[in-house]
Amino acid sequence: MTAPAESHDSGSMITFAGVDKSWGANHVLRSLDFEVAAGEKVSIIGPSGSGKTTILRILMTLETPDDGLVTVEGQSLWDARNGARPKETKQMRVTRRKIGMVFQQFNLFPHMTAMENVIEAPIKVLGMSKDDARERATDLMEMVGLSKHLEHKPPQLSGGQQQRVAIARAMAMRPKILLFDEPTSALDPELIGEVLSVIRDLAHSTDMTMLMVTHEMRFAEEISDRVVMFDSGAAIEQGPPQQIFKDPSHERTRLFLRAVLER
Amino acid sequence: MIWSNEFALEILPVLLRGLWVTVQLTLLGFLISLVVGLVVAVVRFAKIPVLSQLCTLYVLFMRGTPLLVQAYFAFYVLPAYGVTLSSFATGVVVIGLNYSAYTAEVYRSGIEGVATGQWEAATALSLPPRSTWNRVVLPQAVRSVIPVLGNYLIQMFKDSAVLSAIGVIDLMRAANTLGSSSFRYLEPFTLAGLLFLIISYTASIGVKRLEHRYAPAH
Amino acid sequence: MSVVIEYAPLLGRGLLTTLLITMLGIALTLVVAFAAGLARLSRFWLLRAPAYVFIEVFRGTSMIVQLFWFFYALPFLGIEFTPIAAAVLVLGLNEGAYAAEVVRGAIVTRPTGQTEACIALGLSPAQRMRRVLLPQAIPAMLPPFGNVFVDLLKATSLVSLVTIVDLTFTAQSIRNETGETTAIFTVILVMYFILAMALSLLTRWLEGRFAIDRSGRPALTKPVIGGQGAIPA
Repeated sequence: MTAPAESHDSGSMITFAGVDKSWGANHVLRSLDFEVAAGEKVSIIGPSGSGKTTILRILMTLETPDDGLVTVEGQSLWDARNGARPKETKQMRVTRRKIGMVFQQFNLFPHMTAMENVIEAPIKVLGMSKDDARERATDLMEMVGLSKHLEHKPPQLSGGQQQRVAIARAMAMRPKILLFDEPTSALDPELIGEVLSVIRDLAHSTDMTMLMVTHEMRFAEEISDRVVMFDSGAAIEQGPPQQIFKDPSHERTRLFLRAVLER
Repeated sequence: MIWSNEFALEILPVLLRGLWVTVQLTLLGFLISLVVGLVVAVVRFAKIPVLSQLCTLYVLFMRGTPLLVQAYFAFYVLPAYGVTLSSFATGVVVIGLNYSAYTAEVYRSGIEGVATGQWEAATALSLPPRSTWNRVVLPQAVRSVIPVLGNYLIQMFKDSAVLSAIGVIDLMRAANTLGSSSFRYLEPFTLAGLLFLIISYTASIGVKRLEHRYAPAH
Repeated sequence: MSVVIEYAPLLGRGLLTTLLITMLGIALTLVVAFAAGLARLSRFWLLRAPAYVFIEVFRGTSMIVQLFWFFYALPFLGIEFTPIAAAVLVLGLNEGAYAAEVVRGAIVTRPTGQTEACIALGLSPAQRMRRVLLPQAIPAMLPPFGNVFVDLLKATSLVSLVTIVDLTFTAQSIRNETGETTAIFTVILVMYFILAMALSLLTRWLEGRFAIDRSGRPALTKPVIGGQGAIPA
């Protein structure tokens, strides 16, 4: 089990304290305590319905927790303690800008070119000039290996290319925290590598905090500082990748890994 | 001979002038319906208290009452409150507002058809609501319903004939006047019908092409 | 408002005429819709082609033009109808053309598996249509039919332009006599609105009645194959 939640002045980048979330009868997160340090690369693994994606979605303010406290860099993002019903506040909007997300279904804007997708938020939210934004976008697109596709629209790109554009788009906002929700699960097998390659570069070359939900176990092992095993709404085991993958202590972790790695 | 080609050719220019008025009436009315309908649709979707309910009531009422009676209402009642417009202007406004209730519904289905992922991506990028609407959601929503809007344009073209009842000198009134002044009704109304048919049939083929381009079968 | 109360009986008669024409119009619409819609699906070109032409002509021209044509132009060809007959005829043919496309669309979108099962079982095309496809298509037709019915109700206001004393005609003549505009027209607008809402509710009730998969209620027409939960006769 994880250590009990410390006060949210502990210096962690992300803290979840006593977070609850239910969908009707489905208790997706049960009094979750969870912390991520600044610059940490964390992978979350576990069976479907275990609540892994919900954690990311609550952080990205796409879902509202039913109970508990979520903070980012010491600032409260969601405060649902004592039955309070959290609403969107100005502070939340400010805090949210530090977080970016890469979606399983990419969610690129299909009516805009790759370049336009990447520069949209920097211009509208960060107030960048169009030229500065284009310059940054060009650099980012080069980083993800798509310099030749700046003027292409999403329907003209393969799944792997679209996901790489999505990563560039998220990076353009210079997030302190980047969330990855099963980034390669919707891709054809031969396109997975190119996306993982980009994520790997990000893990090695930036000091962003990265939180990734994934089924790519080998990849998770390779780039993570910490791996968290989720099941039935709780983090049942966590530790360095070598420990989790080679010598898990929890029975459910063992069963899960055996089912997943034995393909 | 019941039908006189001579007479038919004689009245054709008058009918065509009426047709031109019909076309103008339709295009201007459609413009109004496009703009007003969009506003109504966005307000309803945004669930603003009071305003949204009013918009819903507006849509229900405009769709649930006859265009002819709405036209009479506007034509006779407005002057009593100091607003005097020409028949043509009244007609444009009435048909524009009437059809705005339909376009509002069309826009609504378009907006609801935009994938949730698009909204989520906008949230993830911290895009403000205005940008989310103007740059992400509406462009996709409107594009997807262009063929349906096209069909409503054609429908409005045909419905516009009703406005002849409040004095608009359109194709319908031209045919009616020609008929009553010459006591020959066959040629004017048949030609008017043919003109409506030719234009709306051709337009509907054009709209089917739009369908292929903008909303290929899901 | 006092004008309204004074003329209430007159309005009442106008309302009855409107209702009469609406109901007759709906009846004819249904007949035409199924006749033309099924004809469009026929194997025989001789049935398909005229149906297509009929539908395109009546959908492509304005109802008011059709009304005037039937009322004023047709007599020149030797055919004369009474005003109400002409009105019901035009309403039924016009809305029937639109409804025919609803019928056709609802049948065409039934899963091909149903047709294939019928062929495999040796049912004739007529049996297939009558016992399998139509019963499943009818629930899908009802919502768009609801729109057609409301359209028809609204369209009846046009008969006031060919001398029929319906609700709109009555309002116009009251206006002519008394100069009262706001009260009268507001009242009939509200009356039409209530009628339209009533028609919509009626259609929704029918949807419930004809639904195949409501637990416990057998469908009115019992399908042979594929009725989910319907009790076989």
